Amino acid sequence: MAVVFERPHALCDVPLHYCPGCTHGIIHRLVCEVIDEMGIEGDTIGICPVGCSVMAYDYFNCDMIEAPHGRAPAVATGVKRAKPDSFVFTYQGDGDLAAIGTAETVHAATRGENIVVIFVNNTTYGMTGGQMAPTTLPGQITQTTPYGRDPKIQGYPVRVCEMLSTLSGTALAQRVSVDSVPHIREAKKAIRKAFENQKEKRGFSIVEVLSTCPTNWGLSPIEALDRLREEMIPYYPLGVYKDITAKEGE
Amino acid sequence: MNYEIVLAGFGGQGILFAGKVLAYAGLLDGKEVSWLPSYGPEMRGGTANCSVCVSDEPIGSPLILDPQVLVAMNTPSFEKFINSVKPGGKVFVDSSMVDVKTDRTDIDVYYVPATQLATDNNMNGMANIILLGKLIKETEMFTLEQMEAGIRKTVPARKADLIDVNINAVKLGMAQ
Amino acid sequence: MERSLMKGNEALAEAAMRAGCKCFFGYPITPQTEISAYLAKKMASAGGLFLQAESEVAAINMVLGAASTGTRVMTSSSSPGISLKSEGISYIAGSDLPCVIINVQRGGPGLGGIQPSQADYWQATKGLGHGDFHVLVFAPASVQEMVDMVVRAFDKADEYRMPAMILADGLLGQMMEPVTFPEIKDNAPEKPWATNGHKNKREHNIINSLYLKPDVLENSVVERFERYKKIEETETDAECYLCDDADIVVCAFGATARVAKSAVNHAREKGIKAGLFRPKTLWPFPVKEINEASKNAKVLLSVEMSMGQMVDDIKLAINCSKPVEFYGRTGGVIPKPTEILAEIEKLGGVK
Repeated sequence: MAVVFERPHALCDVPLHYCPGCTHGIIHRLVCEVIDEMGIEGDTIGICPVGCSVMAYDYFNCDMIEAPHGRAPAVATGVKRAKPDSFVFTYQGDGDLAAIGTAETVHAATRGENIVVIFVNNTTYGMTGGQMAPTTLPGQITQTTPYGRDPKIQGYPVRVCEMLSTLSGTALAQRVSVDSVPHIREAKKAIRKAFENQKEKRGFSIVEVLSTCPTNWGLSPIEALDRLREEMIPYYPLGVYKDITAKEGE
Repeated sequence: MNYEIVLAGFGGQGILFAGKVLAYAGLLDGKEVSWLPSYGPEMRGGTANCSVCVSDEPIGSPLILDPQVLVAMNTPSFEKFINSVKPGGKVFVDSSMVDVKTDRTDIDVYYVPATQLATDNNMNGMANIILLGKLIKETEMFTLEQMEAGIRKTVPARKADLIDVNINAVKLGMAQ
Repeated sequence: MERSLMKGNEALAEAAMRAGCKCFFGYPITPQTEISAYLAKKMASAGGLFLQAESEVAAINMVLGAASTGTRVMTSSSSPGISLKSEGISYIAGSDLPCVIINVQRGGPGLGGIQPSQADYWQATKGLGHGDFHVLVFAPASVQEMVDMVVRAFDKADEYRMPAMILADGLLGQMMEPVTFPEIKDNAPEKPWATNGHKNKREHNIINSLYLKPDVLENSVVERFERYKKIEETETDAECYLCDDADIVVCAFGATARVAKSAVNHAREKGIKAGLFRPKTLWPFPVKEINEASKNAKVLLSVEMSMGQMVDDIKLAINCSKPVEFYGRTGGVIPKPTEILAEIEKLGGVK
């Protein structure tokens, strides 16, 4: 029988710990497909964050490092500077990247660190049970915003791609989603572009992936995907915020 | 030989440099030496001082609290350190910059108008080295040749053209 | 071998390069900035990397990354900056990664001051981050030892797969002394555990400090402590000066030991039988050596640039078998030889 669909080699053959309906699995797969297609698994080093994907080191077949909370871009900098010919990516959630790790993120970008950052934005701290994240939407109810996020009290969400697109060291800042097949295809293209950028030494590439957290949102997986489409995408518009390879006028 | 020297003045007068010349001269003479600068927020124009030890024995504390030899290049430094000098010690004062004198009679104080001498002899900025010339003459700590060697080692390569004027400044100081 | 005159900070930086340090990540802070400045100038042309990080926190995590690849790597800071690095140091220890960390101590707590201090002894030897772990702690007392110990720190860090710290102070960092650079080799061993890309030739390596199952975490910590036990047996180092017949053994490390040695010499001139015990490793503490050095002593005197931190380890090391007195200055004040002599005279029964 012809095999038409299989696990990418870069994805370990182990059960993932993610909740049912969580889109981390899709995003892991997309990264692994790109690694396979580029034939770079043996030269790739991945950095896990602290958060739901803290144990991603067990899921990627390339060499993996687990970083302290928020510090993945600094760890990635150390790896990439020590081994400039390797491929280095971080895989970070919103709390990790846009709250505790903001300084590391911004400075890795502005230095033009030649790394790939996969930024999974699901508007909550999933691992610790659904607290307010830097990307939690106004009005969103979480454990620590039980009456909804009130910008007068908790301030406003951070739009990461928009912010990083202003920095000269950023080669690619693109926001994608995994709520539908066309969006998943788009997401994979963006991840591929980010890794190609690293191959061509173009600088810092971030792909922000809008993701779901059915468990902490209190929604079914299908409802969670609806929320992503109806509430998140309007606040976090998909698209390319910066791409230094794009020709003028495109 | 066991010398414990404090050099003090304004930042920019070459205090630390003069200390290094002495330390290098000692090093090249096979002595044990140490050089310890004051460090702090004042990079320019503030007070600067350093402790230099030159000895036949290993150096204990590199921080000199009661020197045998003091080089004072401004009034605040003179006033700060003059009473800490050990009895029998020798003090070298840039009298162009220090307008006070000490009442102490248990030490030898040499008032040299070093800054004025430097200006008169087209050696601007060499008051520190002129004082070192006087210092080695009165203490017999080093010969002129040893000082020359110390200067050659201390002056950075990009300023090598200043070596001769430094050596002439030592000679001028020795003539005082 | 040619003796050159160098600042402690610069000599240490030069020695690190000669020992095969290929990456340095730092952040400016007085009084250690010469280390960064020296390496910024020299690293690139020697085929290495100098990078100024956005914070001490980032710098130590860059160290974590570079160490993970098996590269010899160093960072440097001073007391407040070391506090910021402590998170990363705990992760590095928990991930069994070798690296070298320099602390050119200044007065604390808080922003404290910028003059020399030894008040980070507790932090270095007992509390350099959360969790059960140690780092090797070397205490140089001269510019030459800044060189010798940094080389040793790289070798031992690699040998035991753990961080090693040079606990210096502002005085040692800023002073110039004659120094020689012996033949220094990059003795870095093979590191089959490194995450440097598996090249499709081995299983993937994981650098990690997370173990959610308590028994697995316990095992990993216990294994580490078995290594520590071996280190405590074999890696202690100390200088004993005139201790054999000493009634009073003065104990001091780093710059303070130099001042204390002057005081001991003065005491001997006055007929007081004083000696100096100087630990060169603070963790592991030289327990055997201090017991040997103080076997004929009536009393021990710990002299520190702090309110008294090492003094506790001395009491533990000799099992409180003899009185252990303390004299210290803190906040950046360096004790004077005369002050220490006065303490020795008091203990020696001189009024």
